[in-house]
Amino acid sequence: MTGAWDWLTTGANWSGASGVWARLLEHLWYTMLALAVAIVIAMPIGAAIGHTGRATGLVSGLANALRALPTLGLLILLALWGLSTFKGDIALLGPAITVLVILAIPPILSNTYAGIAAVDPAARDAAIGMGMTGREVLAKVELPVAMPLIMSGIRSAFLQVVATATIAAVVSLGGLGRYVIDGYNQQDYSKMVAGALLVAVLAIVGDRILALIGYFMISPGLTGRKVRARATTADMVVAIRQEGGSTVLEPANQAGARS
Amino acid sequence: MNWNWLNRNTDQILSWLLAHLWLAALPTLLGLLLALPLGAIAFRYRWSYAALITVAGLLYTIPSIALFVVLPGILGTRILNPLNVVVALTLFTLALLVRVVADALDSVPPPVRQSATAMGYRPIRSLLTVQLPLAIPVIGAGLRVAAVSNVSLVSVAALLGVPQLGQLFLVGFQLDFYTPIIAGIVLCLLVAAVFDTIILVAVRLATPWTRAVSHR
Amino acid sequence: MINFDNVSKTFGEGDHRTAAVDDLTIEIPTGKITVFVGPSGCGKTTSLRMINRMIEPTSGTVLIDGVDTRSIDAPTLRRGIGYVIQNAGLFPHRTVLDNIATVPVLQGQSRRSARATAAELLERVGLPESMGQRYPAQLSGGQQQRVGVARALAADPPVMLMDEPFSAVDPVVRAQLQDEFTRLQAELGKTIVFVTHDIDEAVKLGDGIAVLAIGGRLAQYATPAEVLSHPADDFVADFVGRDRGYRALSFTAAGQLPVHEEPTLRLGSSPARGPAPSSAPVGEPYWVLVVDDARQPRGWVDARRLTSGRGVELGDLVLGGSLADPHASLRTALDAALSSPSGRGVAIDADGRVIGTVAARDVLRAIEAARVNAPHSPGQGTSPGAGAREGEADPAAAAVPS
Ligand SMILES: Nc1ncnc2c1ncn2[C@@H]1O[C@H](COP(=O)(O)OP(=O)(O)O)[C@@H](O)[C@H]1O
Ligand SMILES: [Mg+2]
Repeated sequence: MTGAWDWLTTGANWSGASGVWARLLEHLWYTMLALAVAIVIAMPIGAAIGHTGRATGLVSGLANALRALPTLGLLILLALWGLSTFKGDIALLGPAITVLVILAIPPILSNTYAGIAAVDPAARDAAIGMGMTGREVLAKVELPVAMPLIMSGIRSAFLQVVATATIAAVVSLGGLGRYVIDGYNQQDYSKMVAGALLVAVLAIVGDRILALIGYFMISPGLTGRKVRARATTADMVVAIRQEGGSTVLEPANQAGARS
Repeated sequence: MNWNWLNRNTDQILSWLLAHLWLAALPTLLGLLLALPLGAIAFRYRWSYAALITVAGLLYTIPSIALFVVLPGILGTRILNPLNVVVALTLFTLALLVRVVADALDSVPPPVRQSATAMGYRPIRSLLTVQLPLAIPVIGAGLRVAAVSNVSLVSVAALLGVPQLGQLFLVGFQLDFYTPIIAGIVLCLLVAAVFDTIILVAVRLATPWTRAVSHR
Repeated sequence: MINFDNVSKTFGEGDHRTAAVDDLTIEIPTGKITVFVGPSGCGKTTSLRMINRMIEPTSGTVLIDGVDTRSIDAPTLRRGIGYVIQNAGLFPHRTVLDNIATVPVLQGQSRRSARATAAELLERVGLPESMGQRYPAQLSGGQQQRVGVARALAADPPVMLMDEPFSAVDPVVRAQLQDEFTRLQAELGKTIVFVTHDIDEAVKLGDGIAVLAIGGRLAQYATPAEVLSHPADDFVADFVGRDRGYRALSFTAAGQLPVHEEPTLRLGSSPARGPAPSSAPVGEPYWVLVVDDARQPRGWVDARRLTSGRGVELGDLVLGGSLADPHASLRTALDAALSSPSGRGVAIDADGRVIGTVAARDVLRAIEAARVNAPHSPGQGTSPGAGAREGEADPAAAAVPS
């Protein structure tokens, strides 16, 4: 442990092409790229399934099957295939990013679907009755209302991708996982622990940042968090009484457990 | 697929399979056993809910590979000691299930809870004999997720030399050979399916009333 | 005016076929409240939703002011029709103001001006302006329902469709919402189609009532009074229920009931000739009506219980029920008599001052007279009250009681 501390406080370990900053940037780059691609693929599909109510069986089946798939095996399988098929950087990066995308898709897809499927049918009915087109219903009602679940899906996907990107160092990918894998091969436990700690910090900080983004993207009407109401205190008291003193100002459950 | 290779290495693969089974099963059970009382505490006492859920969330956020590496430094174990894997995955399971247990207990309809109280059940007894049984389907669903995830996570520990099915992936990588990799993936999926089915059946057996309703 | 011309709707195919609406022909007058009422599953919602094309008829046509709705693009059609449903269906992620502003914004109005209109509407439906910043989750069920009504009114549509809008709130709030809805409609004069399974609500709100039977058959279309007094068939009679005769009295003005003189006692004073006159039957209470300085009735007092010389206090009073005012219905007049401890109903003038009492036997006599005068006819047809009253050129307009 103290070795890891020494390693982390040694300035030389932070600079250069294999320094912490460079590795961190690589790790972030893989993660963001995979997450972005996964969002672009999974959100529209999830939205379409939730909006139309078709092919819903596909969603849970896919999520379950992918959860059981061993990430290390998938990574190595695709890496071998990539090495034998492509040349240059893409031979490694392509398969690794593909695996990251594959792992990020299920949580985003199933949460988008679940969020939209859980929209109050009365709200959807009202939206149609007021003259919204299908697209308008999706964009103005279903997606915003599903946002808490979608954001939590993106957070799960992020954690999954950060962890798997670490493992991807075993197929010679860059990123913070290099310290763990190289440290293991060099029998340098301090380096391994330093790498592991950095990964843990990245995961925690990234998750917090996504939570913060969610805070701004999710309407307070859905979370029950304190509203910047101009209503007076007396007004609030009235509202609470009218609700039988129950849940008006209580925070609603933070959207769903992670998938 | 090279069946010859598989034939030649059956004994090795079986021993890895066995190791994999208990490395995945033990943390799932331990995590559940710890999550039940902690989840019940989080449910009973509002002040503890926020604290427990925050800690659980944090634990859940830490990638298991990081835990595998850091735990030896904390536990004083050697890096390829399987104990690290058991502790790390127990923590992961616990982190996942504490919240599930607390929320599942909370989702038992208030009238049920109240009528138990009205009939003179003490809180602990009501929790054990009324709320917990009713929460089983939700807890079971959470447990399935944990168990299946654990099967996949165990294989990651191969990177640190812990013997189990994950070794098949590394062997395949070193030999540039698909057979062990595919065998490993298939066996992992099978183990996951077996765990999933066992939990599913256990939940069914423990909750006969849910079927009585759905058959009507 | 909305016309259903031989409209039918069937769901499903083959064995799973259900006729939700069966050959419905009905004319819904402009500026009135027309209620579709009937048991659950009789096709009320289906009929309503065929007006704004949320459901397309299997056969037949729906016309609004003579225009076939199929000739109008569905979303455009709907933006011109207000729509209120049972659980309000508010958008949880939008503030109350933005909920109300939805349709105007859809129609291209600026958010700012739409919000300004929304704030006015909020007051119209009886909510304080400060509630505009809240989210639906912060409102009670009744408040949400008011916002739902405001939202439907926002684009000032001439037609409003309301599907059991008040069914999900408790009876006290429901009555309140109904009263305010009646007041609002008096100001706005919209063409409203209102769906409910509750015959009392239908009778209370409707200018015309269409009673639907299971299978989507129109059993009767008439005024509330007509439906209550002359149900078209056994189904309608059964549906409107046991008290229909009594409830029907609501629709006949009490008119010229004999008002008997009633000696009164001022609050705070004592009877001039002692507690009770000697002529009064012994052993029974001797009821005296007590009024305040403005001669408005306060209650009844048993003069035998008053000790000589002491003034009548509020605590001595037994309260009566209804008061019969100049516009009272027979139902109110009868209830005034029945609910009074003395058996004499208090009659008041327009200013609420006591003018005397009415007796139950006089009300009963008036009921008898009204029964003899009313024509008895089947009361079935495509307009409320068609054929119910003799020789009317425009039955739809004339059928509505004042
Ligand atoms: N989308 C649908 N698919 C199949 N059957 C339907 C559908 N909507 C309504 N029905 C059937 O049509 C009948 C009338 O329904 P509805 O108009 O909702 O009744 P109400 O509003 O009077 O309760 C019912 O038997 C109902 O089951
Ligand atoms: Mg209905």
